[in-house]
Amino acid sequence: MIEARNISKSFGDHNVLKDVSVSFDRGQTNLIIGQSGSGKTVLMKCLIGLYQADKGQIIYDDRVFSEISEQEQMTIRKEVGMLFQGGALFDSKNVEENVMFPLSMFTDQSYEEKLERVNFCLNRVNLENANKLFPSELSGGMIKRVAIARAISMNPKYLFCDEPNSGLDPRTSGVIDNLIKEITEEYQITTIVNTHDMNSVLEIGEKIAFIHQGNLWWTGNKEDVLKSDNEELNDFIFASELTRRLKK
Amino acid sequence: MIRQLGSFVLLMIQAFKRPDKGSVFRKQLMYEFQSLGLESMGIVLFVSAFTGGIAALQTAYNIDNPLIPLYLVGFATRQSIVLMFSPTIISLILAGKVGSRIASEIGTMRVTEQIDALKIMGINPANYLILPKITAAMIINPFLIIFSVFISLLGGYVACAVSGIVTLSDYITGLRYEFDPFTITYALIKTVVFAFIVTAVSGFYGYQTKGGALDVGDSSTKAVVYSSMLIILFDLIITQLLLA
Ligand SMILES: Nc1ncnc2c1ncn2[C@@H]1O[C@H](COP(=O)(O)OP(=O)(O)O)[C@@H](O)[C@H]1O
Ligand SMILES: [Mg+2]
Repeated sequence: MIEARNISKSFGDHNVLKDVSVSFDRGQTNLIIGQSGSGKTVLMKCLIGLYQADKGQIIYDDRVFSEISEQEQMTIRKEVGMLFQGGALFDSKNVEENVMFPLSMFTDQSYEEKLERVNFCLNRVNLENANKLFPSELSGGMIKRVAIARAISMNPKYLFCDEPNSGLDPRTSGVIDNLIKEITEEYQITTIVNTHDMNSVLEIGEKIAFIHQGNLWWTGNKEDVLKSDNEELNDFIFASELTRRLKK
Repeated sequence: MIRQLGSFVLLMIQAFKRPDKGSVFRKQLMYEFQSLGLESMGIVLFVSAFTGGIAALQTAYNIDNPLIPLYLVGFATRQSIVLMFSPTIISLILAGKVGSRIASEIGTMRVTEQIDALKIMGINPANYLILPKITAAMIINPFLIIFSVFISLLGGYVACAVSGIVTLSDYITGLRYEFDPFTITYALIKTVVFAFIVTAVSGFYGYQTKGGALDVGDSSTKAVVYSSMLIILFDLIITQLLLA
């Protein structure tokens, strides 16, 4: 479980996150939803420690991140995998080297052992025979898959995904969403997914936190989300013709 | 300005930590030897050969006093090559070639979140990305500069041979005339300092990049401009310290 307690974060005088408290459960895909610019990425980067929150605490399974030693923080880092919005694959490395990278940095496994793990992870995301391709040669969906494979190569306890569907067609989006959900259940990972895609919300939203202008505005699951009478949430969900028809 | 200097120092403190993994660092170093060193040899060869020839011809055509011995051409060529041309001008050229490359490589990694990806894996990105480049350049550039000196002097030799304005034995006598080995030491010290300036400053501007592709271009321009200015500034300082 990951918990955020009273997180606030400003850039200059722009108050991006306002006293956000929310928790995310193990073995579930936890969604953070909200409009573009509402503060989802900033919240995720605070959770993961890429940004230092101005106020509040982040707790990883009873370990308060700001109160533990640097050594223990490093341990947590190695339990975390992240899928970045654009994939963030290392473009000087091919697919195999990208997935192998964390193993090379943090384990003393032989090349054969590492390769076996790499192929297992690539297999898990249904990507075979792509080992020697470079990121510039991959499609959007393939990039996301390689990024997932890299994120799970170290067997993470915590998985963060920032807009895993951005730039993908609806079908590929569905594949990636379900992959994230399956992996989460299979390895009992605490997974947090940022999204503004309603398809994902309805497909994998086991626990949903709605962020509105930097505030935690609503929490629930994919069943509640369609029935809520929260005005801002409804504006967000029923913004498209498709979802409006769905409601009727 | 002071703030920039502060961030630069902080970045260097991060960069000069012990690498996470020795074997990975050695592999990166090998790669940088190739990409910063070997791949610069072409341009160094080209520029040095012609500049050596030009230096010899210029000196020769400017001597019209019959009392001045012609071996002075060799002497003057050697002095200008060793003291100024090879260490300073070649370093400036490398600032353009290597500096823009480093800044755009690291800047692209910044704007595409590759640096964040390194960070969340628990890797110190400054150390991982910048230290191998600084180390490689400080080791390989002295060889590039010595190579440049030889090629330049050879260029001068060829220019003398082809134009026939100075005899080859005069040129060679000049090259050997009053040779002070300390000038080589001085050139190499400059080279090592300039190698640090180019890689560290370019790494810094790359690392500081915010935004998108345009900002990467911007960082790369800044890297070249500021490392060139610092090279000239430090040339003056080192010259005053070592030759005074
Ligand atoms: N590093 C930063 N510096 C200044 N402002 C930022 C920074 N990162 C994000 N912001 C601002 O915070 C707000 C929320 O951004 P973000 O979390 O990226 O939104 P999204 O919900 O689309 O992910 C935006 O107004 C953005 O301009
Ligand atoms: Mg975002």
